[in-house]
Amino acid sequence: MDAAFFAASAIALAATVMAITRTDAVHALLYFIVSLLGVAVVFYTLGASFAAVLEVIIYAGAIVVLFVFVVMMLNLGREAAARERGWLRPAMWAGPSLLALLLFVEIVALLAAAAPSHAGIHAVEARQVGAALFGPYLLAVELASMLLLAGLVGAYHLGRDDRNDRDGRNSGRAGGHAPGRLP
Amino acid sequence: MSGPAPEWGLAVAAALLALGLAGVLVRRNVIFILMSVEIMLNAGGLAAVAAGARWGQADGQILFVLVLALAAAEVSVGLGLILLLHRRFGTVDADRFSEMRG
Repeated sequence: MDAAFFAASAIALAATVMAITRTDAVHALLYFIVSLLGVAVVFYTLGASFAAVLEVIIYAGAIVVLFVFVVMMLNLGREAAARERGWLRPAMWAGPSLLALLLFVEIVALLAAAAPSHAGIHAVEARQVGAALFGPYLLAVELASMLLLAGLVGAYHLGRDDRNDRDGRNSGRAGGHAPGRLP
Repeated sequence: MSGPAPEWGLAVAAALLALGLAGVLVRRNVIFILMSVEIMLNAGGLAAVAAGARWGQADGQILFVLVLALAAAEVSVGLGLILLLHRRFGTVDADRFSEMRG
């Protein structure tokens, strides 16, 4: 388990270094995904399989997809085809693919071996997490749902394009503080 | 089968946090700044999970779940702000947003 832990940590740290030093946002996002997958493998070696699953599904799945959407939207327009052709070069995806392949080999080796057992590690199963989450931490779950609702409403309000709906709904305002309006 | 893995987990979390902080301080593209903030939040979650693994309690993973919800809300609002700034200023350079004209 130690070798797996250190290998996953090294991959995560190397991918993070590459992510914060890239100049192209898409390259950085690929390395960021590899970094999150590496941290997920670290979670698995620490006996926290539920956190590892959540890391892959929510972080590498949902949050990074939001980043990719925004990067694509900001690059809309000029020379988009040339950029996409450049992104398909092997030099762009070889590094993240190599690191992801190393992580894949590692997780296959981990799953083929016995369950994670370590001298200083006490594995925490998903059953314990769920029982605690909906037991003493129920109020925190409700507060998190309120936070997510506030994030949803805020993102919708910020992302709305006011230039397209001047059909009287905004005419009642004093004007000037509606987001999205050009200066 | 020996070795202080939870303590090393804390060390990895500290290194990831330092890398995220360096990214926030060095980069001037707001997308990279937001991504570095995500790296720092992820490092905080890693520290919580490592502590939970050390003590065998579920509280570390619960803190990680809450950090995950916080990161999701934060990134949605942050990316909405980035879209708004790009629509209003035509750039994502943080140095260009230094003056706020009412």
